[in-house]
Amino acid sequence: MRNTRATQPLFELSKPGRRAMRMPAADVPDVPLAELLPESALAATPPELPELAEPDVVRHFTNLSTQNMSVDTHFYPLGSCTMKHNPKRNERLASLPGLLDLHPYQPQETLQGMLALLFELQELLGEIAGLPAVSLQPAAGAHGELASLLIAAAYFRDVDGKRTKVLAPDSAHGTNPASAAVAGFEPVTVKSTPQGFVDLVDLGAKLDNRAAVFMITNPNTLGMYDPNIKRIAEMVHAAGGLIYLDGANMNAILGISRPGDFGADMMHFNCHKTFSGPHGSGGPGAGPIAVSARLAPYLPTPLVERAGGGFRLGYDRPRSIGRVRSFFGNVGILVRAYCYIRTHGPDGLRRVSEHAVLNANYLLSRVKHIFPVPQGDRCMHEFVASAARLKTDKDISAMDIAKRLLDYGFHAPTVYFPPIVREALMIEPTETESKETLDAFAETLFRVTEEPADLLHEAPHTTPVSRPDEVRAARQPVMVWPRESSPDDGAGG
Amino acid sequence: MPFLLNTPDDVRAMLEAIGVGSLDELFAMVPRELRLARELAIPPALTELELTSHLEALARQNVSAKEKACFLGGGSYDHFVPAVVDAIAGRGEFYTSYTPYQAEASQGNLQAFFEYQTLIARLTGMDVANASLYDGATAAAEAVLMSMSATGRRRHVVAAASVHPEYRQTLAAYLKNLGTELTTLATPDGILAPQQLATAVRDDTACVLVQHPNFFGCLENVEKLVHVAHDKGAMFVVVVDPISLGLLKRPGDYDADIVVAEGQSLGNPMSFGGPYLGIMACRERMVRRMPGRIAGQTVDRRGRRCWVLTLQTREQHIRREKATSNICTNQGLLALRALVYLAAAGPQGLREVAELCLRKAHYARTRLAAAGRRLALRFDRPAFKEFVVRSSDASVDDLLAEALDAGFFAGIPLSQWYPELDDCFLVAVTEKRSRAEIDGLATALNRIPRQVTAAHA
Ligand SMILES: Cc1ncc(COP(=O)(O)O)c(C=O)c1O
Repeated sequence: MRNTRATQPLFELSKPGRRAMRMPAADVPDVPLAELLPESALAATPPELPELAEPDVVRHFTNLSTQNMSVDTHFYPLGSCTMKHNPKRNERLASLPGLLDLHPYQPQETLQGMLALLFELQELLGEIAGLPAVSLQPAAGAHGELASLLIAAAYFRDVDGKRTKVLAPDSAHGTNPASAAVAGFEPVTVKSTPQGFVDLVDLGAKLDNRAAVFMITNPNTLGMYDPNIKRIAEMVHAAGGLIYLDGANMNAILGISRPGDFGADMMHFNCHKTFSGPHGSGGPGAGPIAVSARLAPYLPTPLVERAGGGFRLGYDRPRSIGRVRSFFGNVGILVRAYCYIRTHGPDGLRRVSEHAVLNANYLLSRVKHIFPVPQGDRCMHEFVASAARLKTDKDISAMDIAKRLLDYGFHAPTVYFPPIVREALMIEPTETESKETLDAFAETLFRVTEEPADLLHEAPHTTPVSRPDEVRAARQPVMVWPRESSPDDGAGG
Repeated sequence: MPFLLNTPDDVRAMLEAIGVGSLDELFAMVPRELRLARELAIPPALTELELTSHLEALARQNVSAKEKACFLGGGSYDHFVPAVVDAIAGRGEFYTSYTPYQAEASQGNLQAFFEYQTLIARLTGMDVANASLYDGATAAAEAVLMSMSATGRRRHVVAAASVHPEYRQTLAAYLKNLGTELTTLATPDGILAPQQLATAVRDDTACVLVQHPNFFGCLENVEKLVHVAHDKGAMFVVVVDPISLGLLKRPGDYDADIVVAEGQSLGNPMSFGGPYLGIMACRERMVRRMPGRIAGQTVDRRGRRCWVLTLQTREQHIRREKATSNICTNQGLLALRALVYLAAAGPQGLREVAELCLRKAHYARTRLAAAGRRLALRFDRPAFKEFVVRSSDASVDDLLAEALDAGFFAGIPLSQWYPELDDCFLVAVTEKRSRAEIDGLATALNRIPRQVTAAHA
């Protein structure tokens, strides 16, 4: 039961003289501060932080937590995000002191267990990808995209030096064109067919000798396996380009179809999706990349290598792009991914995908009577329904439905993505949900569409707040707690 | 399978509802020739008990910082993490939620982001902060890109060699394909000399990247450096240690334009280098160029105070290739940990941590470099919690290996990044190191006989 007194912003709860953390007295000789640091370097006042006792802190944040929906508490069919159950064993194991309390610059002979684990994870991911070389360094999917495009840039500098464009379909996730731009390429959009597949004619027209990479998501963001994927790869390769596979949707094809086998030259995994890393309110993720043999020399350093009877961090890679972050990678999430893969084994991973696809198709079979699903009767791990007709007929939008679902205790699907479907509701149930939950969700969706539009326009009705004014938030941004007492007069600073 | 719920009966009923005869048929849209005709060549499944034994065995093959006194730093530190941080961050409602796209179902996360932004802005003396980037290195690279877009100068940036080498490598990789020239200024005296900077900053320089306290632990002459940068219209981007701000002047007070930091020190385990969090704060006038998520305060339809993701038109999911960055998933849970840490520390707690680091590091400096012994300070300058030690006779590798045997992670050899410092190592001292450990380290490092060293060489 929520206690609104405790969810006041921290600065409102603050009271001078309170504190939760106290450090021991110094056990070294007491030298005046002025002898240790020049006066000019020191702050005139203590840091401006709230003053709270531990009970304040615990009650505040515990009550804040109850204002979230989460996988532990709710069905969370947020399409493209693979909100699957987070195995509790992974949390415990990743917290073993022998894995958690390791400094990144410890001598390598003190890290042999960790390096063995990471080496094996490189191998496991390479096998799942069907691509031989893996870097665990990128921190998330988008970071893996960027690293891969930097690899492509380095590769093309070596082979011909004039490929400046990166192509991606109009159905692609926003990170694809954004990564292309950040990596210094010119992003080019390729059209989709009315069924949502890559338009081969448009692709052909845009594949010139300046096209470096075609970024494709397969299964795509409509949850469909592109039947032309092999042909697409052949076209891109014939034109001298590379295929990048956005691996956000790997949950559909584990042990069933491998990117390397369908033509990808490089790809990322989203460990926080496919391999059950906790999504942690927006992160951390981990976005390892796998590449073909000819791109392997360009991978970021270090990679874990075998050395004698043990393992080492290999830095001697003269053609490497260098590094895309500090230290080794988001190791805590990589350890969880390792645990997940080892928990499942070959048969288990395949079953994960089979049940993810079963759940999505079952839900699709129930939802298609309520909403048109432009892509048809089948899907892989997710599908995209359209509320366009409802919008026209009853003035009920995808957003209205999303908001109303919250009242019934379901997290909303992803809405308005992919951009090629009007009033899109992108639904990904994952394999860790039951038939009963899917039935209840489908029944609720149906019920919502029968409700009066007015009720939906003002939904949700049972959440702590409803329909925040986003325009106001953007026009007069208040991004920090204002110093003065009234929260309304503080602009941003 | 431990995480699947469908029983054989469920599967039958579901397949029937779908209208297919088998699970295999569900994959009809995957062309036959693109299906894997064999099992994945990975080891068989493990039960929880088996997996636990396996991971425990791997963990035993490591030597953790719990088993040695850890004097390693260089951007990752063995600071104390209060239990309250783990207790809060372990709440499933934080742990297993995602980016707050639906504000009504995410007020806890959004308010936490807002509070995090507030505390980071206060701590750095800046107007605004974002809700986290990947780590300190990518935050530095993003800040440089941001300065390029804010100044419209895309040709040239300057960094001091005293900035973390891996941050500079990251920046170099980010800039490589943009054709932006990166000038790295040597810091033979341990800090960047303002006169030297003045000769390197040009009219087309977007920014100057400096770390303070720097990679060697030394305090930079930030006030002078800011002037030099601003004189040429370049921005000043500073990498800070958030713990140091319990004591040191805030970057906002010396007129920095963008502040970035590695947030690991604030309540996050070392975890072999990640996940950590990139902190970024800037002036309000630049907020629309800032990468990453930002929570903003507003009111709901009934006038109740609440929070949303705001200024989303900067972001890739709205603006695609015109976004300020490609970042999507960030380091939210680590930002939450940093927030709880700062809330628990408060002004006095953070100041105490900073003072303890300073005092103990100072004590360690004097003990390690005590006159007449083989070790000396490489840079005798004001420093916060780290310092560089030079060995006059023994090789660094031998010294560190001997110290390891004696129970210490004594320091980080610098030759891998600075060949000219191949006789040096970097020592960090946090509030967790006791006087006895420091004394023990000094004794161990000075005890190693020359002959051993000679024999190794
Ligand atoms: C299809 C797709 N591509 C790329 C990404 C980016 O991944 P991340 O958020 O891990 O950076 C996402 C997820 O958010 C996605 O759904």
